[in-house]
Amino acid sequence: MALLKSLPKPLADPLVENNPITIQVLGICSALAVTVQLKQAVVMSCAVIFVIIGSNFILSLLRKGLPTRIRIIVEMCVIASLVILVDQVLRAYFFELSKQLSVFVGLIITNCIVLGRAEAFALSNSPGASILDGLGNGLGYSLVLCIVAVIREIFGSGTIWGYPLVIKMGEWMGLSKSLYEYGYENMGLMVLPPGAFIIIGLYIWAVNSIRGRQGE
Amino acid sequence: MGTELLGIAITSIFIENILLAFFLGMCTFLACSKRIETAMGLGVAVIFVLALTTPANWLIHEFLLKKGALVWISDSYAELDLSFLNLITFIAVIAAQIQLLEMILDKFFRALYAALGVFLPLITVNCAILGCSLFMVERQYNFVESIVYGFGSGVGWALAIIALASIRQKIRYSHVPDGLKGLGITFITTGLMAIGFMGFAGINL
Repeated sequence: MALLKSLPKPLADPLVENNPITIQVLGICSALAVTVQLKQAVVMSCAVIFVIIGSNFILSLLRKGLPTRIRIIVEMCVIASLVILVDQVLRAYFFELSKQLSVFVGLIITNCIVLGRAEAFALSNSPGASILDGLGNGLGYSLVLCIVAVIREIFGSGTIWGYPLVIKMGEWMGLSKSLYEYGYENMGLMVLPPGAFIIIGLYIWAVNSIRGRQGE
Repeated sequence: MGTELLGIAITSIFIENILLAFFLGMCTFLACSKRIETAMGLGVAVIFVLALTTPANWLIHEFLLKKGALVWISDSYAELDLSFLNLITFIAVIAAQIQLLEMILDKFFRALYAALGVFLPLITVNCAILGCSLFMVERQYNFVESIVYGFGSGVGWALAIIALASIRQKIRYSHVPDGLKGLGITFITTGLMAIGFMGFAGINL
């Protein structure tokens, strides 16, 4: 907490206190779809952080000359171009991952966090502050994504970042057979969509209880 | 042909519900599901828009952007692949079409416009709309299939939001733990609904 307070406000605020996913309810779609494995979640987080910082920076530079009537369409163009960039890079260098993420990279365009930050922050602040705000919100998004992904991957597939955690656990405990042979089973629900909804519901509950905040 | 289309419709409405299986359109789903009337209005608007934008984007992808799609202009374009422009074109088409739809409704169908009015612009940034177009490309549907798919996904989305809105209205009178109130319980309810919808998964058409 002390560390959190020492960070500049636009960076620290969205991490917990005003988290885009759990408090502002933005950008949930992708948060749930790509959290089956940690690897996908991390790649997705990097993509989103890049897009938010980029769009915040560019739109903040444009803010003085931008007529309000056409601002939405300009914002959309900037964001879409950045997303195409990310999509092409992923396709060129991480083809397997981009196949797994399928349409969800493209859907960063409609991720409300990106547009929301552009509207709420970048259009009325300097480029420097906008980059920080973008980074903060991107990290806040990534934090929730990674927590959910870790839980889902460990319990759903028994691995972490592809590392066979459950099998290794048995070895560390000095058992002759693997835990699966003792009857441990992966929880199928975690891999399926309902698991994601329930985990995020419980996560919000935990955060609210710890911070002593009440839901609406 | 007929059964195939029915299959796509049933799959997109129930088995692979765009909201409960692919998490698309969650933001609007959570924000506008407090009252049944709002949910209905939004649901109808989404069906409308999806059934229009998915085939429109299909046409654009097929005749302008796909690899070799521009052959109808000149044979020298056979190697041209513009599909990297998919994303920006689709979102522009969706935004333009919604704007157009709004103007047409305003002019000719005042009652419908009054009912949908507020929700139409909101739908532009609904990921379900863009998601459907992208899925349509990925699964290589043909024109008729893309109409059915767009319509079916819209119906599935509307069904889910109306169901959730009615549940949320009931939840207001239940005792929910403090920290779980609002967003938390909504997520868990949606999770349980998704489990329910998974019951359709065994159906093979």
